[in-house]
Parts: sequence; structure tokens; C-alpha cells
Amino acid sequence: MQASKEEYFIPDGSYWPIVGSIGMASMLGGFASSLHDNSLGTGIMVLGFGLIIFMVFGWMGQVVHESEQGIYNKQVDRSFRMGMGWFIFSEVMFFAAFFGALWYARNLSVPWLGGSSNNAFTNTVLWPEFKSVWPLLQMPDAANFTVPKAIIHAWEIPAINTLCLLLSGATLTWAHWALLNNNRKQIIVGLIATIALGVIFLSLQVAEYAEAYQHLDLKLSSGIYGSTFFMLTGFHGLHVTLGTIMLIVILMRVLRGHFNPDNHFGFEGVAWYWHFVDVVWLGLFIFVYWL
Amino acid sequence: MLNRRYSIDISPLYKWAIIPLLLMPYAAFAEYGLNLPKGVTPVSNNIYGLHMMIFWVCVGIGVIVFGAMAYSIFFHRKSKGAVSSNFHESTVVELIWTLVPLGILIAIAFPATKVLIDLENTDKAEMTVKITGYQWKWQYEYLDDDVSFFSNLSSDSNDVRQLGKSGTFPDNYLLDVDRRLVLPVDTRIRFLMTSNDVIHSWWVRELGVKQDANPGFINDAWALIEKPGVYRGQCAELCGKDHGFMPIVVEAKSKEDYAAWVNEQQALQKAAAAAGEKEWTKDELMVQGQKVYSTSCAGCHGVTGQGIPGTFPAMAGSAIATGDVKAHINIVMNGSAGTAMQAFGGQLNDSDLAAVITYERNAFGNNTGELVQPSTIKSAR
Amino acid sequence: MATTTSDIQDEIDAHGHGAHDDHHHGPAKGLMRWVKTTNHKDIGTLYLWFAFTMLLVGGAMAMVIRAELFQPGLQFVEPQFFNQMTTLHGLIMVFGAIMPAFVGLANWQIPLMIGAKDMALPRMNNWSFWILPFAGSMLLSTLFMEGGGPAFGWTFYAPLSTTFAPASTDFFIFAVHMLGFSSIMGAINVIATIMNMRAPDMKLMDMPLFVWTWLITAFLLIAAMPVLAGAVTMMLTDRNFGTSFFDAAGGGDPVMFQHIFWFFGHPEVYIMILPAFGIVSQIIPTFARKPLFGYSSMVYATASIALLSFVVWAHHMFLTGMPIAGQMYFMYATIMISVPTGVKVFNWVTTMWRGSLTFETPMKWAVAFVILFTIGGFSGLMLGVAPVDIQYHDTYFVVAHFHYVLVSGALFSIIAAVFYWLPKWCGRMYNEKLATIHFWWAIISVNILFFPQHFLGLAGMPRRIPDYSTQFADFNMISSIGGFAFGASFLLLTYIIVTAIRSGEKIEEDRVWESAKGLEWTVATPAPYHTFDEPPKKAQILSESSHIGEH
Ligand code: HEA
Ligand code: HEA
Ligand code: HEC
Ligand code: CUA
Ligand SMILES: [Cu+2]
Repeated sequence: MQASKEEYFIPDGSYWPIVGSIGMASMLGGFASSLHDNSLGTGIMVLGFGLIIFMVFGWMGQVVHESEQGIYNKQVDRSFRMGMGWFIFSEVMFFAAFFGALWYARNLSVPWLGGSSNNAFTNTVLWPEFKSVWPLLQMPDAANFTVPKAIIHAWEIPAINTLCLLLSGATLTWAHWALLNNNRKQIIVGLIATIALGVIFLSLQVAEYAEAYQHLDLKLSSGIYGSTFFMLTGFHGLHVTLGTIMLIVILMRVLRGHFNPDNHFGFEGVAWYWHFVDVVWLGLFIFVYWL
Repeated sequence: MLNRRYSIDISPLYKWAIIPLLLMPYAAFAEYGLNLPKGVTPVSNNIYGLHMMIFWVCVGIGVIVFGAMAYSIFFHRKSKGAVSSNFHESTVVELIWTLVPLGILIAIAFPATKVLIDLENTDKAEMTVKITGYQWKWQYEYLDDDVSFFSNLSSDSNDVRQLGKSGTFPDNYLLDVDRRLVLPVDTRIRFLMTSNDVIHSWWVRELGVKQDANPGFINDAWALIEKPGVYRGQCAELCGKDHGFMPIVVEAKSKEDYAAWVNEQQALQKAAAAAGEKEWTKDELMVQGQKVYSTSCAGCHGVTGQGIPGTFPAMAGSAIATGDVKAHINIVMNGSAGTAMQAFGGQLNDSDLAAVITYERNAFGNNTGELVQPSTIKSAR
Repeated sequence: MATTTSDIQDEIDAHGHGAHDDHHHGPAKGLMRWVKTTNHKDIGTLYLWFAFTMLLVGGAMAMVIRAELFQPGLQFVEPQFFNQMTTLHGLIMVFGAIMPAFVGLANWQIPLMIGAKDMALPRMNNWSFWILPFAGSMLLSTLFMEGGGPAFGWTFYAPLSTTFAPASTDFFIFAVHMLGFSSIMGAINVIATIMNMRAPDMKLMDMPLFVWTWLITAFLLIAAMPVLAGAVTMMLTDRNFGTSFFDAAGGGDPVMFQHIFWFFGHPEVYIMILPAFGIVSQIIPTFARKPLFGYSSMVYATASIALLSFVVWAHHMFLTGMPIAGQMYFMYATIMISVPTGVKVFNWVTTMWRGSLTFETPMKWAVAFVILFTIGGFSGLMLGVAPVDIQYHDTYFVVAHFHYVLVSGALFSIIAAVFYWLPKWCGRMYNEKLATIHFWWAIISVNILFFPQHFLGLAGMPRRIPDYSTQFADFNMISSIGGFAFGASFLLLTYIIVTAIRSGEKIEEDRVWESAKGLEWTVATPAPYHTFDEPPKKAQILSESSHIGEH
């Protein structure tokens, strides 16, 4: 055991990647067909999604198994950490594209349509009625869009949600400390609290979306405001959902007695992810809701 | 057979052409433009100067770099007994070849900035032309003179460019239009560019103007043409299927000739409006309709009305073109939002609309026998 | 050094180890070996063959383009189909040929060059590859859908790609998502490998330049590809779910698409050239029999190019109506890139200076790279000057520029790398005589192909057009002739490579090239399936470093 731990673990050939690829191609291909009224599309998409779920659980299950067998060493652990870290960085850049779009709309395209900078003619010739304001409720030409009556204000649900996520970051860290001290009970309590906060966050967000769609007419199709609002909060919500699922998996593993103070990459990876989701939320709260 | 009207002065660049020159089966080389033209506006002249300056800087650096390489390649071959030295660092040398290029770049940046500032300044314009890109034609609106028209690829080019139709190429093949943009010389003209659908780019080299036409926004540019003449250009942003077939022709006239031209256009526009008042025969409608169809519609719906499946619907057997005439008039006049089908109500006059709709309802095997009169269109407006 | 390699060989033969030691087996048999493999050499091979196939597919499309442009008038294809060819040619060459080829080289070489057993995350490595065939097929399948494939250029500007595009565009979008996902995972793996799997005694500044350039490239990939994913996602929702990111009527802006695209797109072009810089920096010292000049400044120059590449993107957008301050800034930043790039060129030239040069095939391609890439760089500099770009933008001058840097740059470096390392990979030598013929054939034809395009651009020929005015006829014909000749040269290349692999002269020396340096030359030839079970030691690392002065 000790001797083998000096060696870097190179896994045997694996079926999981090809399963994942087939799943991914079917899911996305099916989705694309369903967008064009192809009756088979949705079915293929669901099938592909199922394959991906199967792959994720199978693959990760194998990794967990290997990890619990003790065939990984510190160096493997470092590879995993780097992998997770850089993956999160790539996610940051993905969100950056949407934050960039928001920034561009607020500071450039909407003011330009209103005639600022070198776009005086844009306004006088093409959109003489249009005034640049943010949040943009009245778009230049609303024919194809839904005009919102109002927007969601920062100091209502979003503020509570901010609290939820900040608190959940704390409870997760608390669980992490417990893990380092091998205090199983505290880990479990901490994780459950974190998951609960995540679920509360998601429920509140669903309520907020329902309010927006049903009462405020604030929709994905509400011009650039609705577009940026829902894409940013929506992708964030998707990440919270994923994070919550991952936390539940981690909780299961803890219940089964996995992880110890020296070896708990799975736990830490998920924790990083959760903190990342937290930070993105702070950005959202500030730039989407507040300012 | 081939026309070589476009020749311009040969620049020092042609020395570089030795390689292709050797391979040329026939030598009509001197007639070719190898370089940018100087153009006929102050801006285009400045651009030309900058272009040549940077070109020579590159040639200079190239001579040094490639010269050093050639020296090593020829004189430090192992086969010639060269023994390798072992040096692999020298801060001084590296500093020099960081700072010298930096200096060169700064020397380029100064004049470049000056030219840039000049060409972006559209103030003090004496007249304004609004240019709107459409798939695949240009609309010109003389904002001060109330003249406005569309400019399409000329019909003789249009006939030859169809797949499989070879033939003799007309003069200025693909660079000719049915109606030119006429402009006065020695006048500071401001162009306002926008688009009705996708992004186009209005480019006339001799004017030193190329500017994207973005839907929903207006960009501006300016020109002061110093020499009367005909200057040709093309759309310079991929805008769909017929991006290669939306040329630009500018005709610069003396100020007097220009004024006369404006009067003429205003009279023409009145006459066209009058044509919409009379009753047309079927033959008249079909002849005019075919003309309008081939310039305005055939680009998408095809000369034979077959369209492109999945992109542009066929006219032959189309439910709309053979069904209720109101729906037909409606889609042609108002377009179909969110598709390439434009609103032609603002582009064509009553008689042209009546003619083209009649044509569509009676050509390509759509034998509805129905006629649409300009008066119907007028009341539909 | 021979001991390590024969040890490994022994282990492969004996393979009598503990339960989890199965990876000491040689390769499994049959097709499933390739589907399931976690071996970096297998995966590298897969990447390289995939890239080569895509090169032929993308090249065949280029042949369609050149055939249609052989003469004025439309002879072979409809304009819409021509645009599909242009679009898919660009996409396939970039995402299907050049990028996977570099990843393949990284897979083969990085572990060998840093003394690692394998890539850090071998299963994920397999997945990165096995997404590609699916993504590539999805992309190609669009050609057969109603309305045809994407016809809006590889830059897919909105709204041509949103409101005005065929239904197949949604498949294109998801293909791009998959390609991006694959690249990101591949890049993560490269970073983890370099940072975590290096022989313990190898410091960062001991690493060969190919490894350095790939480390930096991987960073570019991870930072840039997600932004592309964001761009196509916005396209997807603009097309199907009513958003208005790129529609002025709703407060968006089509030009915003271009900003997002080029924020990815410009780093992307350096993703396609930095590994090339690395390759050339390996090859030139070997055949100049001299250490690489200015190793550390090469590293810093690469890093500066990478950082600068994130702040110059709008030089593709000088004509979009950007405010003048923006144009000035992007002009200055862009031409600044010439400085670190120049440092590299000067270092290569100085490495050759007073060396003892021989010109085996890899060296020929490396020298051609330096010359032709520099010519492409010069035209890049001209394009970077905003007011003059007015006359160059969207003409064949741009086409000439980027083919000089991509074909005679990136692609040539890949060819150089294959000739350089293939003997190590399969223990067989290619036919030097044929390779020399191929070299001259390709070099001459590629210049006939792309040099006249400078003139076409200056004479006013726009890019992305299927037919042109008669005064462009002669240069187009010359270019097409060069294109067919260059295309045919790939038939010879295929022959040379396949015969080298199957029946090339066997070689015994580990080092292959007389004065090649680097850990990859210390393992047996052909490289065993598993290498470096024992990491190499400091002394060996230092003596194999191609940039340390002793000889
Ligand atoms: C491998 C890919 C690659 C590389 C390395 C480069 C390198 C450069 N590119 Fe290029 N470029 C592309 C791929 C690449 N490009 C592509 C694909 C497009 C078209 C995209 C599309 O629209 O489809 C494009 C388009 C493009 C444009 C837009 C043109 C337009 O559409 O109008 C511009 C404008 O600035 C530009 C500039 C540059 C510059 C300044 C460099 C510099 O990095 C070059 C630096 C190198 C040198 C200058 C030579 C060596 C230096 C010396 C010897 C030192 C001394 C020199 C001086 C001081 C002058 N490129
Ligand atoms: C990244 C790499 C890359 C590579 C390697 C190439 C390689 C080639 N390119 Fe490409 N090209 C691009 C990237 C690349 N290109 C991009 C990004 C664009 C812009 C797209 C856009 O505008 O959106 C473009 C656009 C482009 C155009 C402009 C199209 C237009 O504007 O309409 C042209 C025209 O000549 C062209 C030609 C060629 C040719 C002849 C080759 C040759 O080097 C190809 C040689 C290879 C082969 C020929 C294949 C191998 C041989 C066979 C398959 C055997 C059969 C051979 C015969 C039938 C002779 N390319
Ligand atoms: C730039 C491309 C383009 C041009 C030019 C164009 N059309 Fe269309 N046309 C379309 C598209 C795309 C549609 C499908 C619209 C939809 O799906 O709602 C269409 C639909 C139609 C229809 C309805 C056909 C059906 O069966 O649904 C008619 C009639 C028509 N066009 C007539 C014309 C006429 C007349 C002209 C010229 C005066 C013209 N079009 C020019 C793109 C074009
Ligand atoms: Cu209009 Cu290209
Ligand atoms: Cu760029």
C-alpha cells in the first residue's frame, strides 16, 4: 500500500468518456432538432441527458471507489485540485461573457441608441423617440418584445438570497473545519445547513421568476434588460442547482464514512465550487439588482 | 474578352511580383493594379502615404532579418565546415532589438493617429447622404434634396453571373449598377450608414471610405472628392448569399452638373408617381413585373421562382402567391418580421408593386389569371 | 539513461505487478484500445490522425473555393454553397485541424519532455479527444440539412447568424459548445500535467520551450474558450428564446457580438501560433548545433504576447463605428505585439547565427516558418494601423495575412514537428529525398497560392465572394493554380508519412538527431508505451537542456 502510493496512478482504459460523448452529442443534437419541431428531438435529448447522468455517476463512482481504496497519492490529489481550480476559472470566464454583455448594454449600446458618444445620428435619424435609461423598460422598438411593467428590486428577495448564500458559505466552511478536526457530526450538520440554504435560495428564486413572469411582464424577451437579467441569474441558478446536488452527494459520502483530514478532495472541490457560485452571486447582486 | 479597365499606377510593390510573373502564361502585367490607388480624396491620399511608409518599414526590417538568416544559411553550414559557437545570451543585444522596434512603432503611430483623427471628423459637412444596406442592394437618400433611390447590380452583370452561364463579360462585370450615386466634387459630403437587415459595409477605395452599415445604428464617414469621374466599390462585409453582388458606383460631377442632375431626379420621381394613376394592361404589368422581379426578388426567390428550400420559399406554387391576393400584397408590402423578407412597400412605387405581384401570380406556372392594379396598391397603403 | 528505458521495457514484458498496476501492460488489442485508452501516446496519435483527416476535409473545401475562383463567373457552385464552403473551411481548419494537431503534439511530447509518466488526468484526456469526432460530425452534418450549413463565415457575425441564418445553425452552435468543452478540458490537463507531473528536479525555467509555450497556450484556452461558449449561447437565445443581445430594437447591438467573439477570437489566433513558436524553438537549436539564444527572453516574450492578446481584440473591428478613442487604443496595443514577436524572430535568427547548420527536413520547415511567418506578421502590422485598415479590411489582403501566419506558420510548424518527432514515435525514418522534394514543392506552391492574394486585396477584391470582376482574373488564376499544386503536395505528404510509419528505415539511436537535446531523446526508440516510471534526475535534466551553454 505505502509503496504503491509513491507511484502516480494511471487508470486503465475506461468506457465512461465515450458514454459521456455519446450522451452529450445526443442531448445537444436532440435539443437542436427539438427547436425545429422535430418530434424525435426531445426524446433523443432526454435520452442523452440520461446517459450523461449515468456517466457522471458511473465515472465519479469509480473515482470515489479508487480514492477510498487508497490508490491515489498526494500528487494525484494535486492534479484533481488543479483540474477543479482551472475548471472554476473557465466558469468565471463564461460568466464574464455575460457580465460583459451587461456592461456593454448599460454603458454603450443603450446610451448609443439614445444618441451619446459618436451616435447622435443613431438617435435623431433612427430612434427619435428613444431615451436611454437603465433599467431599460421601453426598448427602441418593442414590436417583437415584451414590455415589462417593473423590475425586481434589490432589497427584497435578492437581499434575502444574498444573506442565504453568504450564510451558506459560512456553514460550509464550518463543516470543512469540522472535517479537518474529524468531527463527523458537525460536518453533517454543516452540510445539511448549507444544502438547506441552497434550497431556500432556489425556491426564492423560483418565486421571484414567477413574480416577474406573471405580474411584472419581465421576461427573457423583455429587451436587453430581460435578456441580461435572466441569462445571468438563470445561469447562476443552474450553477446553484448543480452545486446543491454535489453537496448532497458529498453529504451521502460523509454519511458513509468517506473523507478524512488528509484526503478529502471531493469535499474541497465542491466547497470551492460553492464559494465560486457565492462570489458570482455577489457580482449579480451588485451589478444586476442593485446598481 | 477580359476587361482590364481598372488599371492604376504601378507601385514599387511590383518587384515582389517576380515569382508569379515568372509563372504567368501571358504577360499583360503592366495593366494590373498591384497596389492601392492614391484615390481622389485627401483622406485616401493620406492613407496611401501611410500604407507606403509602413510597407517600406517592413521591407527594411525584412531585408535585415532575412539577410542575417541567409548569411547563416549560406556561410555557416556544417557541410562547409562551420563550427558552432556557443553564445546564447546578451542583454545588450536583446535590449536593442526590443527598443528599436518600439521606436519604429512610435514613429508609425504619430502620423497614423493624425490621419485617423482627420478621417473620423465628419463635422462641417456641406451635404448629407444616408446610405442604407439591404440584402443585396443599396439605398441612397439625399437628405438635403429629397431625392432617394435604390441601386442594384446592373442587369447585364446580373444575367451573366448566374451559375452555368458563361458568356462575354460586360464592361465592369459585377462593378456596375442600375443607378449610380451621383455626387458633387469639391464638396464636403457626409455619409450616414445604416442597414435594414444584416451588417453591410460601404466601400469605395478611391474615396478612402469603408464603413460598416449596422442595423439599428448609424455610422458616419465623409469625403471630399477632388476629381470628377466614376469610382467603383463593393460591399465589404459578408451579408449573405449575394454579398458578392452588391456593388457601388459613385459618379462625381461638377457642382453645376450635379445640381442639374438633382433637378432631373426630382422630376423623374414625380413622373413615376403619375404612372401609378393609370390602368395597366396585363402585358404591361407582366413585362414591368418581370423586370422588377429580376432586380428585386430573384436574388432570393430565384429567377425561375424555385427559391432555396429551407431558406427562401419558392414562388412557384406558393400558397400565398396562388392564394388570397390580400395576403400576397401584404407580405410584399410589409415583409415578414424577423426574416429576410423585406418590406417592399417603402422601396417600390405603386406600379412596380402591382406589376411584380401580378407577375408572381401569373409566372412560374402560377396561372391565377389575376391582375393587380397600382390603384389597389395605393389603397392598400 | 538507457537503463531507465530498458527497465521500463522489462516491466512491460513482465507485467507481474499488483492489482492496480495493470497500466504496465502494453497496449490493449483491437478497436477498443483506442476508444478506452488513457495512454498519452495513444491519445496523441488519435488527435493527430483526427487533425490530419480534418485537414484533408477542410482542404478539400478550400479546393472548392479555389476552383470556383479560378475564373470569373460562376462555374461550379451556387453562392450560398460557396459561403458554406468558406465558413466550414475556416471552422474546420481552426477547430478541427490546427488546434487538435497541437493538442496531439502536446499529448505525445509534454510528458516525454518533462519526464512524466503520463498526462495528469488520463481519463479526462480520453474524453477531451472523444468529444471531437462527435462535434466534428455534428458540424459537418449541417451541410446536409435543409437550408444548408452555416454560411456566415467562421466569425458568424450577428444578425446574419441569428435572424437570417438557416435552421442548421443551432446544430452549429452546439458543435461549437462541444469543441470548446473539449479544448477547455484538454487545456486543464496540460496545465495540471506541466505544473504537477514534471520530474521533481525540473524547475519551470528548465522546461523546454515547447512546454512553456503550451503552458501559456493552455491558459489562453481556458480564458478564451468559455467566452466563445457565452457568445454562441447568446446567439442561441437570440435565435430561439426572444432575447435581444444583438438586436438594436431591444437595446442590444450587433457589434456587441463582434466584441465578444473577438475577445475570444484574437487570443484564439495566438493559441494557434504559440505552440508553433515552441516547436521552432526546439528544432532550430538542434540543427544549428547551438543552444537557443535568449531562452528566458523567449519565455517572457511568449507571456507578453499572451497577455497582450487579451487587450487588442477590436483591431478586427476598426470599421464598426467604434469611437475614435477606442480605435486609437486598439491600434497602439495591436502594433505593440510586434515587439515581443520580433524578439522571438531575432532570437531564432541569432540562434542560427554562427551555428553549424544542417538542413534535414524538420529544419527546412522551421526555417521556412520563420521567414513566411514574419511576412505574415508584417502584413499583420499593416492591418493593425487603424486608418490604413480601412483599405485592407475584409479584402484578400487579410486573407493573405492570415494564411501566411496560419498555413505557412501554424501548419508548417506542425509538419516540422511531425518530421522531427515521428522517428522517435515509431522508430522509423521517413524518406529524406522525397521529403525534400515535398518541401520545395509545398514552399513554392504555397507562395504562388497566397502571395498574389496581397495584390488582389490591394486591387480591391473583397473576401468571401464567389465571383469577381474581370480585372482580378489573372491573380486569382495564379492563386488557384498554386492552390491545386499545394493541395496535391498533401498527397505526397500522406505517402511519405504512411510509408515512414509502415516501412521506413528502422532506427536504433535514442537521440535520432545528432545534437538533439531534451528528455524525449533519452527514452528508447521507438518510444515505449510507458515511459519515465522513474523521473529523470537533475544532472540529466540539465545536460538535456537545449538552452544551457555547455556543449
Ligand atoms: C496564427 C494566427 C495569427 C497571428 C500570429 C496573427 C498575428 C497578427 N495579426 Fe492577424 N489575423 C489572423 C491570424 C493571425 N494573426 C486571422 C485568422 C485573421 C482574420 C480573421 C478573420 O477576419 O477571419 C487576422 C486578422 C488580423 C487583423 C484584422 C484585419 C481586418 O480584418 O481588417 C489585424 C489587424 O490589426 C491583424 C493584426 C495582426 C498583428 C499585428 C499580428 C502580430 O502578432 C504579428 C507580429 C509579427 C511581426 C510584426 C513580424 C515579426 C517581427 C519582427 C521581425 C520585429 C520587428 C517588426 C516591426 C517593428 C514592424 N490580424
Ligand atoms: C487554420 C488554418 C487554415 C488553413 C490550413 C487553410 C488552408 C487553405 N486555405 Fe483557408 N481559411 C482559413 C484558415 C485556413 N485555411 C480561415 C480561418 C478562413 C476564413 C474563413 C471565413 O472567411 O470565414 C480561410 C479562408 C480561405 C479563403 C477565402 C475564402 C473567401 O473569402 O471566400 C481561401 C481562398 O483562397 C482559402 C484558401 C485556402 C487554401 C487553398 C488552403 C490550403 O492550404 C489547403 C491545402 C490542403 C489541402 C488541399 C487538403 C489536402 C489534399 C487533399 C484533400 C487531396 C485533394 C487535393 C486536390 C483535389 C488538389 N482559405
Ligand atoms: C433577401 C431575401 C428576399 C428578397 C430580396 C425577397 N424575398 Fe420574398 N421572402 C423571403 C423570405 C425569407 C420569405 C419567407 C418569409 C417567412 O418565412 O415568413 C419570403 C416570402 C415571400 C412570399 C411568401 C411566400 C410563401 O409561400 O410563404 C412572397 C409572396 C414573397 N416573398 C414575395 C417577394 C417579392 C415580390 C419580392 C421582391 C419584390 C421578394 N419576395 C423579395 C426573402 C426575400
Ligand atoms: Cu452587403 Cu455584403
Ligand atoms: Cu486579431
